[in-house]
Amino acid sequence: MAVCIAVIAKENYPLYIRSVPTENELKFHYTVHTSLDVVDEKISAMGKALVDQRELYLGLLYPTEDYKVYGYVTNSKVKFVMVVDSSNTALRDNEIRSMFRKLHNSYTDIMCNPFYNPGDRIHSRAFDTMVNSMMMQVC
Amino acid sequence: MTPPTHWDFPVELCCRPMAFVTLTGLDVVYNAVHRAVWDAFCANRRADRVPISFKVLPGDHEYPKCRTKRTSYEWYIPKGILKTGWMNKHLNLVPALVVVFYELDWDEPQWKEKQLECATRVEIVRQSLQGRNTKVAVVLIQKKTPLPPGEDVIASERAAALCNACDLSGKSLFVLPHTDHLVGYIIRLENAFYEHAQTYYYTEIRRVKSHKEFLNKTTHQLLFVRHQFKIAFFSELKQDTQNALKNYRTAYNLVHELRAHETNILEIKTMAGFINYKICRLCFQHNTPLDAIAQFRKHIDLCKKKIGSAELAFEHAAWMSKQFQAFGDLFDEAIKLGLTAIQTQNPGFYYQQAAYYAQERKQLASMLCNHDSSVTYPSPDPLETPTGVLDFYGQRPWRQGILSFDLSDPEKEKMGILSLQLKEKNVLHSELIITLLSNAVAQFKKYKCPRMKSHLMVQMGEEYYYAKDYAKALKLLDYVMCEYRSEGWWTLLTSILTTALKCSYLMAQLKDYITYSLELLGRASTLKEDQKSRIEKNLIKVLMNESPDPEPDCDTAAVKASQKLWADRVSLAGSNIFTIEVQDFIPFVQCKAKFLAPSFHVDVPVQFDVYLRADCPHPIRFSKLCISFNNQDYNQYCVVEEAYQKSDILEQSSQGTMCLVPGKTRKFSFKFVAKTEDVGKKIEITSVDLILGSESGRLIARKVPNISVQLRHEPPALTNEMYCLIVTVESHEETVAKDVKLTAGLKPGQDANLTQKTQVTLHGTDACDDSFPALLPDIPVGDLQPGEKLEKPIYIRCGTVGARMFLFYISYLINTVVEGKEILCRCHRDETVTIDTVFPFDVAVKFVSTKLEHLDRVFADIPFLLMTDILSASPWPITIVTSQLQLSASMTPVDQLESYVGNVVLQTGESASECFCLRCPPVTNASGVATGCYVISWKRSSPVESVPVVNTIITLPHVIVESIPLHVNADLPSFGRVRESLPVRYHLQNKTNLVQDVEVSVEPSDAFMFSGLKQIRLRILPGMQQEMLYNFYPLMAGYQQLPSLHVNLMRFPNFTNQLLRRFIPTNIFVKVRL
Repeated sequence: MAVCIAVIAKENYPLYIRSVPTENELKFHYTVHTSLDVVDEKISAMGKALVDQRELYLGLLYPTEDYKVYGYVTNSKVKFVMVVDSSNTALRDNEIRSMFRKLHNSYTDIMCNPFYNPGDRIHSRAFDTMVNSMMMQVC
Repeated sequence: MTPPTHWDFPVELCCRPMAFVTLTGLDVVYNAVHRAVWDAFCANRRADRVPISFKVLPGDHEYPKCRTKRTSYEWYIPKGILKTGWMNKHLNLVPALVVVFYELDWDEPQWKEKQLECATRVEIVRQSLQGRNTKVAVVLIQKKTPLPPGEDVIASERAAALCNACDLSGKSLFVLPHTDHLVGYIIRLENAFYEHAQTYYYTEIRRVKSHKEFLNKTTHQLLFVRHQFKIAFFSELKQDTQNALKNYRTAYNLVHELRAHETNILEIKTMAGFINYKICRLCFQHNTPLDAIAQFRKHIDLCKKKIGSAELAFEHAAWMSKQFQAFGDLFDEAIKLGLTAIQTQNPGFYYQQAAYYAQERKQLASMLCNHDSSVTYPSPDPLETPTGVLDFYGQRPWRQGILSFDLSDPEKEKMGILSLQLKEKNVLHSELIITLLSNAVAQFKKYKCPRMKSHLMVQMGEEYYYAKDYAKALKLLDYVMCEYRSEGWWTLLTSILTTALKCSYLMAQLKDYITYSLELLGRASTLKEDQKSRIEKNLIKVLMNESPDPEPDCDTAAVKASQKLWADRVSLAGSNIFTIEVQDFIPFVQCKAKFLAPSFHVDVPVQFDVYLRADCPHPIRFSKLCISFNNQDYNQYCVVEEAYQKSDILEQSSQGTMCLVPGKTRKFSFKFVAKTEDVGKKIEITSVDLILGSESGRLIARKVPNISVQLRHEPPALTNEMYCLIVTVESHEETVAKDVKLTAGLKPGQDANLTQKTQVTLHGTDACDDSFPALLPDIPVGDLQPGEKLEKPIYIRCGTVGARMFLFYISYLINTVVEGKEILCRCHRDETVTIDTVFPFDVAVKFVSTKLEHLDRVFADIPFLLMTDILSASPWPITIVTSQLQLSASMTPVDQLESYVGNVVLQTGESASECFCLRCPPVTNASGVATGCYVISWKRSSPVESVPVVNTIITLPHVIVESIPLHVNADLPSFGRVRESLPVRYHLQNKTNLVQDVEVSVEPSDAFMFSGLKQIRLRILPGMQQEMLYNFYPLMAGYQQLPSLHVNLMRFPNFTNQLLRRFIPTNIFVKVRL
C-alpha cells in the first residue's frame, strides 16, 4: 500500500523512516523531508483553531508525478508521513485515515514502553511489523 | 549548433495571434505625412487599442499564392497533420485586409484621372490576392477637414463614383483628413479595419468548416485534426478565445484518436503538445487556472507512456521536460498578471518536474549515445531537407510525408537515428538541468518551501558536480548542509557530505577535505564501517602529509588532475595548520570536561578531568591535548604531549596515552595550583584543543559559579505595560560580597528597533516614556552577606510585540584572606532570558443604528451608536480601569460619554463591550470622517496595588457620512395598553435647502384603530419641521405592528421606505388593560 512511512519528531528530525527496499531510499528521505514544508504550513494555519477540536489528519500534502504524500500530526506535534504510489487509485482517503490511526496507536504503544526515551529513534519490532503490514499489501 | 526543433515550441505558436492587416500606398521613408500616419498606427499600441498587427507593403506586393480549390477530397491523402509554414502564413503573410492609401481631396480638379489611378491600384492589389477572401479597403488622405456627412453634395457623389470605379462597398471607403486630430482618426480607422478583419476570419472559419462534409474517417483522419486546429487558430485571430478554446479541445481529442505507430508518434506528440500549449494558455487567459492544470495533467497522463522509438528515448524525455517547462512558464506568466498561486500548486513543481525529465534525458542520452569515437556523422546528413525546413511538424526529415507504418528503407532509418544520437551527445545537459532547477528554486523560495528549496539546491550542487564545476557544487552543498544538520536528517546530511568530500578531494581543498572527513567519521554519519574506515585512513594520510586515495565513483580524468594537485600540495609541506571549530557539527571525537568541585580553596590544587572518546573505526593517535583557560597562565600546566612517530600510527595494540581506542572513553586528569590573585575569581575552561598531526578539535567547557541569579516573572509581557521582573541574587560566597552592582535590560546586539521600543526602570509605580534607556548599567545594590538573598524588581516596558532577550549581569567585589593576605577581587555572573511580548487585547469597533442594525455608513445629523468590543488576548487576567472616547471635531456626542467598563476584570478570551450614541453633522467630504480615538486604561490584575495603569489608544475607523433629504423621528410612549389611547407624534424634518413636496400616508394595521391624517400631501420649507400627530388605539395585546407610515418625496424618488424604517419604530408592545 504505502511505499514509505515516516515518523518525524516535534523538532522535525526523523524518528523512523522505512521505505520499500526496491527503490532508492534516499529519494524517499528527501520526499518526506520536503513534505514537512507543507506540514509546517498546515500546522501554523491550524494553530489558530482550538487545540482540542483539531483534526489530526492533514490530508494530501502534495502530489508529485509518481507519488502522493499524506500527513498526520499528533497533539504532541509528532508527524506521520506516508508516501503512496500515485498509480494506486484504490486507496481512498478513509483508508489512509485508518492507516494513520493504526500508526498512531502503535506509536502510542511505543511511548508507553518505560524503556523508550521520547525523542529517540524508534527501534521496535512491534512497530516494524505493523509498518511492514501496511507496506506489504502492495504485492 | 541549433537545437533540434521538434520539441521546442515555434514562436508563432507562443505569440498571441492578432489580426493581420497590410497598409499599401504609404511612402514612410520620404513622405512626412505618410510617416506620421504610420507612426500613429504603430506607436502606443496599448491594451486598449484593438489587437491588429500592421505591416506596410508596396501596392504591388505579391502575397502567397492560393492553391486552387479542391473540388473533391476523394483521391486526396494528406501527408501530415500541420504544415510548418501555416501559422506563420496567417500571422505574417496573408492579410485579413489590405488597405490602399491614396491622396485625394473631394475638390480635386483632375478628379477623373485620379479616380482612375486609384481604381487601378485597387485592381493591382486584387490581382495579387487572387483567390483569397482578403478584404480590400481604400483610405483617402485629404488635406481638408471634411464637412459633416450629407452637407457636402460633391463629396457624397464622388464617393459613390469612386466606390463604383473601384468595385468597393461604401463601408470600405474611408477618409483620413490630415489635421490635428490624427491619432483620433487613426483609432477610428483601425476599429473599422478590425471589423473587416473579423469578417474575414469568420469567412475563413466557415470555409474550413465547409470542407468537413467531404472527409471520411478512414483516409482523412489527419485532416480532421488539421481543420479543427485551423478553425481554432482563426478563432484566435478573430479574438474569439472562447470558441478557439472549444475548437482546440476538440482538436486535442482528435489527435489522440489518430492511429499511433512508432513512425508517427513524434508527429502526434508534437501536435498534442502544441494544442495543449494553446489550451493551457487560453485557460490562463480566461482566468480558469484549474482548467489549465487539469488539461495539463490529462495531457501528461495521455502522453507519458508514448515513448516511441526506444533508440531515441531521450527525445521523449526532452519532450516531456519541455512540456513541463512550458507549462511552468505559462503559470508564472499568469501569476505576473495577477493570478495567485499557493504552496502546493505553484510553477516550481513544474520546473522541478521539467528538471527531473531533463535528468532522465541525460541518463538516457548517456546510455544510448555512447558511440565509439570512430563512429562518424553520416553523410549525406539525413537531417537535411531540400528546403532546409520540415514540411510538417513532428516528422522525420529523412522520411517526410510517408504515412506507411512500415519502414521502406531500414538503412536510411538507422542513419537518421544515428545522426540524432550523435547530435544529442553534444547537448549540454547539465546546463539545461541547472537552469530548470534554479527556476524551481526561485519559485519555491516565493511559496514558503524552504526544505524543497534546499533539496533542489542539493540537486543543483550534484549537477554541478557532474558538470565538473566543483567549486560551484561545493558552494551550494556547503550552503544547504547546515539546514539538514540543524534538523538532524543524518542520512541526507551524510549523502551531501559524501558528494562534498568528493568535490573537495577533486579540488584538493585541504581544509574542506579534513572538515568533511571529520564529520563523516562522527556518530551522526550513517556511512557503513568500511567507508568510515577508508575515510579515516585517508584522513591519517593527509595528516601525515601524503596524498589521500581517490574517492570512489569519481570521473577518472578528474581524479588524475586532482592527484597532481595533491602532489603539489604535499611538496609544499610545512605550515598546514588548520583550526577547525567543531561546535557546529558532531565530530568523531566526543569531549567532556569537568572540575572535581564547584570551588577550590587556593591552598588546594584545582583538579579537573577531561574525557575523550573516539567514534571512528580505527584507533587514532593525537600529538597533543591542551586545555585553554580564561586565565592563560594556567594553559602551560595542562598539556599532554608526546613525540610524534609516523611509523606506529595505525598500530592497533598501541595503548599509549596518546591513543584513542574506538568506543572506549579515556580520562585525562589535570591539576594545578591556582594563583593567589585569582582568588574569588572564576576559572573557566574556554577550549579543549586536540591536535591531530596538524588538526585541532575544540570544545568549550562550563565555568564554576559562586553566586546564583534567579529571575521571577510572569511571561509573556503585554504591550506597553510595566512588566515586573524580580531578580533574586543569592550569595554562595564565604565572605561579604561588596559593591554588588546589577546591570539589567535589553541584551545589546539585537535589532536596533527594539532598543527604541524597550524601556527599563526601577520604579514601577509610574509609567515610563520613550526617554528611558533600554539597559540600566551598574545599579548599586549594596553589600551581600554570605548566604543572603536579595530581591530587586525591575520594570520593563515593551512597545512592540515579539521576542526580546534580556541580560542580567551581577558584579561584585569580594575580600578573601589567603595565607594571611587580603585580596580584593571583582567577580561577575550573568543570566539571560527571552521574553515574548503580546497584545493584551483586541478591540473591535462597529457602527450600528439606534435600532442596533449594522451600518456601513451613517446619516448626517441622525444619531447612531458606536460599539466597542474589547477581547482579552492576554494569558493573565487584566483589569480595565476605565475607558474614554475622545471624539474628533466632526463628531458630537448625543449624551454623556461615560465609561461602562470601568473596573472590569477580563480573563483570557473574555470580552467587554460598551456603546456610545453619537451624531455627525453633514459634511462635504465623501471619503469618510475621522471618528476619533478610544483610550483604554488598563493594568494586569495583580495583588500588587502599585502596578501603573497603561493607556492604550485605539484610533477609530473613518466612517462615510451621507446626508438624507428628510429625517423622520417618532415620539411615542415605550408601551401601550389595550383600548387606551396612544398618542404618536412624527416629526418630519427637511434636511435640504429645497422646498419639499411630501406625500404622507398611514397604512392601517389590524391591531390598531387610529385617528389622524390618513393621507396627506404637504410642503416643508428648507430646514423646517412638520409635525404629524396621530392617536393610535390598540385593540390587541402583545408585540404589535404599528400602522406603518409611508413617506414619498417628489424630489427624491430613491428615498425609500426601507430607509425610513431605520429611523422610526415599526412595532410596539401593548399591555393588557388592568
